[in-house]
Amino acid sequence: MSTPGNETTAVSTQPARRRSLGAWRNPGIWLTLVTVLLVSAWPVLTQKASTREVIFTMLLSVVLASSLNIILGYTGYVSFGHVVFFGIGGYLGLYLMSTFGSSLWIAIIAGGIAAGLLAFLLGKAILRLRGAYFALATIGVNEAMRAFINNFKPFGGPIGLSLNFQVYQDYGGAAKALWLSYYLLVSITVGSILLSYLVKSSKFGLGLVAIREDEDAAEVMGVITPNAKTWAYVLSAILPGMVGVLFFFKNGNIEPTDAFRLHFSIELLVMVMLGGFGTVLGPIIGAAGYQRLRGFLLTSQLFKDIQLSVAGVLLLVIILFIPAGAVGWLRHRFPALRRVLP
Amino acid sequence: MQQINLLLASLPDGILLGFVYGLAAMGLTLIWGVMNVINLSHGPIIALGMFGTYFLFIRAGINPYLGLFLIAALGLLLGILIYVVAVHRVINAPHLSSLLATFSVNMIIIGLGTAILTTSPYNVDFSLGSLKIGSTTLLGTRLVAALVAILYSAALYLFLYRTRPGKYIRAVANNRAAAELMGIPSSRILALSFGLGTMLAAVSGALIATFFPFNILSGGSYELKSFVISVLGGLGNPIGALFGGLILGTLEGIIPAFLETTWVPVIEFALFVLILLIRPSGLFGAEE
Repeated sequence: MSTPGNETTAVSTQPARRRSLGAWRNPGIWLTLVTVLLVSAWPVLTQKASTREVIFTMLLSVVLASSLNIILGYTGYVSFGHVVFFGIGGYLGLYLMSTFGSSLWIAIIAGGIAAGLLAFLLGKAILRLRGAYFALATIGVNEAMRAFINNFKPFGGPIGLSLNFQVYQDYGGAAKALWLSYYLLVSITVGSILLSYLVKSSKFGLGLVAIREDEDAAEVMGVITPNAKTWAYVLSAILPGMVGVLFFFKNGNIEPTDAFRLHFSIELLVMVMLGGFGTVLGPIIGAAGYQRLRGFLLTSQLFKDIQLSVAGVLLLVIILFIPAGAVGWLRHRFPALRRVLP
Repeated sequence: MQQINLLLASLPDGILLGFVYGLAAMGLTLIWGVMNVINLSHGPIIALGMFGTYFLFIRAGINPYLGLFLIAALGLLLGILIYVVAVHRVINAPHLSSLLATFSVNMIIIGLGTAILTTSPYNVDFSLGSLKIGSTTLLGTRLVAALVAILYSAALYLFLYRTRPGKYIRAVANNRAAAELMGIPSSRILALSFGLGTMLAAVSGALIATFFPFNILSGGSYELKSFVISVLGGLGNPIGALFGGLILGTLEGIIPAFLETTWVPVIEFALFVLILLIRPSGLFGAEE
C-alpha cells in the first residue's frame, strides 16, 4: 500500500530518547486539537441545538474515521466492516442500560471493552488473510453479525432495543442528556486524535507502517506481525464501540439495520481516502469535509435527488487522480509541510 | 414428516434459484480471476438487469427471454464503459483503490436509479404456469431461468476454452506481463473480461426479475450472495461459481425446514468467513 505522501513522519525516525518528547513538539497536533476544540465550542457558545447536531455527526465521523485509519491507513488492511464495532458497542451499551439500568458511564466503558474484545478475537482469526481476502472477510463478519443480532432474542431481534424515556431523567432530562452526550463525544474525539497521533509517532506505529509497506520484510526485520496487527485492530475498535453507545443512547433505540449498516463502513473508507490515509490529519479533514459536502448536497435544490451520484463522481475523481487524498497530496507537493502536517 | 414435506417443497426451488445465483457470482468471480478486482458495482448492475426485463417486457412487450439477448449486449457494453472510465487507471494500484473506484460506480448507478426509478417495488407479471410432481410444485419461470443459467455457463465455458479471445482472457488471468510479451492486447482483453462479468450480472438480474419483485436497491443482497458463492467455489473460478451457487441454493432450500428463515443469512455468512479462513482457494480450488 505505498502511495506518495505516506512517508513516516520525521518524528518517528528520530532516536528513541528524543522521540518521547519530540512527539509533543510538533505544532501540527496542537493546532489540530485547538481547531477541533474551537469548532466543538461553537454550538456551546451559541446554544443552538441544530448546530450541535451538525457538529455531533461530524465529530462522530472523525472518531470512526481516525480509528479506522489505524488499521487501514497505518497497517494497510482494508476493513469493510468497521461499523461492526460501532454496532456491537451500541447494542451492549443499550442492553446494559435498558435491562440492568446501568449508568451511561458503565455502558460506554462496557461498549468499548466489548468492541475491543471482539476485535481481538476476530483479529486472531481473520488478520491472517491478506489483501482483498481480508476485505471480503470483514464484509462477511459484518453481515453475519447483523443477521445474528436479527435473530438474537435478548437484543430484541429485528425490533432491536429502545430506552425508556425515564432513563434520561438521571441526567437531568432529555435536553440535558443530549448536551451531555455532546460533551462526551468531544472528549472521545480528542482522545481519538491523540491515540491516532501517539500510535503514528511510536515505535509500534512504525512497525505497523512497515507491515503496510511489506509484511514479509517487516517480519524479517523483527516486527512480530501477528501481535502488532491484532493490537492495531483492537486499538481501532475500542473508540468506535464507545461512540456507538453514545450515538444510540442519544437516539434512544437501536436496530440491526442501523447498527450494522455496511454502507456506513464504506462511507468511512471514503472519508479516510478523501483526507489522505496513513496521516493523522487526513481522516479528520476527510470526515469533516465529507459530512459538510453531504449536508450541502442533501439541502441543495440542484443536487438533492442525485446527491449519491454526485458524491460517487467526486469519489471516483479523487481515487483516479489524487489517490493520496488531500493531506497526502499536500505533503507530497510541499515537503516542508511534512513536519507540520501529522 | 412435516419437515420432509417442507423440504420437498423448498429444496427444488432452492436448487433452481442456486443456478441463477451461480450465474451472478460467475460474473463477479470472472472479473476477480482475470484482474484481481472485486467489483463492488456488481449489485446495481444486477438491479439494472432486472429493470431491463421490466422495460423490455412491460413497456415494449418483448418476451423476457428474447429480451435477454439485448440485456446481455447492453450489459457487455456497460461493463466495458465502466472498465475504461473507472477501473483501468487503478488496475495496478492497491486493492483499496479498485474497491473504492467500483464502489463509486455503485454510488453513481444507485443515485441516478433512485432519482429516476424511486425505491418503490416493481413487479414483472409474467408466468409460464407450473409443474407439479407429487407434493412439489415447480414454477415454470424458475425452471426456465435455471435452464438459461446453465446455457449461459456452458456458453461461457466454450468461449473461454474453445475460442481465441477466450484463450487470451485465460492467458491474461494467468500472467498479464507474459501475455503482453506474447502480443496479447491486455487492456482490451481486460475490458472485455470486465464486460463479460457485468453481462453475466445483468442477465442473472433479468432472470430474477421474472419471479421476484425488485427495486433499484435489490441488487445488494444478490451481490452479497455472489461474494459467498464466489468464495465457496474459489475466487476466480467461474465454473466453481456455478457449484457454489448450487450449494447456496441447496442451503436456502434445506435450512427453512429446520430453522426460521431469518437464520439463513447467519449460516451463509458464517460459512463464508469460515471458508475464507480454512480454504481461501474455495471448496473446489487447488491448493495455492
